[in-house]
Amino acid sequence: MQTLIGVLLLIGLGFVFGRYAEQRHFKRLRQEEARLQSILVFNTKEVPAQFQPCRVSLVGGNTVIAVDYFKSFVASLRNIVGGNVSSFESLIERARRESIVRMKQEAEQLGANAVFNMRIETSAIGQGDDKSQVSVEVYAYGTAVVSDEPVR
Amino acid sequence: MTLTNIETIPGKTIVSHLGLVQGNTVRAKHVGRDFMAGLKNLVGGELVGYTELLQESREQAVERMTEQAIAIGANAVINVRFSTSSVTSGAAELFAYGTAVVVE
Repeated sequence: MQTLIGVLLLIGLGFVFGRYAEQRHFKRLRQEEARLQSILVFNTKEVPAQFQPCRVSLVGGNTVIAVDYFKSFVASLRNIVGGNVSSFESLIERARRESIVRMKQEAEQLGANAVFNMRIETSAIGQGDDKSQVSVEVYAYGTAVVSDEPVR
Repeated sequence: MTLTNIETIPGKTIVSHLGLVQGNTVRAKHVGRDFMAGLKNLVGGELVGYTELLQESREQAVERMTEQAIAIGANAVINVRFSTSSVTSGAAELFAYGTAVVVE
């Protein structure tokens, strides 16, 4: 009985604080994305003539994000019936957007106009003995282009 | 040393290709950080300690790759790629590789 109460408490804690943290994070992400909108991101390899002459540099940003008890509980329920595990979808979306924002911030410090050939790499790390502890690392990287002349 | 993950360096000509260069690091996690991560697993969210740890490791992998490139007389590395793999449950390997070239 006591373990059940303990588990329910942890799930409740995860639900309340996890949801609060997630909403706050999404709000901050929207603000940062709006601010950094002027830095264009491409996943093509060619740098068009309008950006040249230019200097190039490798930039990247990473994020490690962990699941909360509520999310892993919901996911374990989902495993029974199948379907979208939306609680994990939003988690990875947060990590990915945060990584792109960090990459753009690094590009911004260099004074870059654009980032070319952006790639995103996702890997599960730090999986302990307990399978429910999942943390995911997302790394976004690309070639920042700093134009010497203003882009037309 | 110029690093890019595209196949060229805009505005410069590649004089010669010197082949693949690579760098890797295997990092284990810190006990204190592991403890904090365990706490974070209750409420979710970003594990700042791990983010920094992996970023440092990745920089080190890139540094080792750059050293290798300098050693064979290159002045740029193109087509840089990263990969991460978990070797055991407690450690992660970060790997960076690319093609060393001479540009002018």
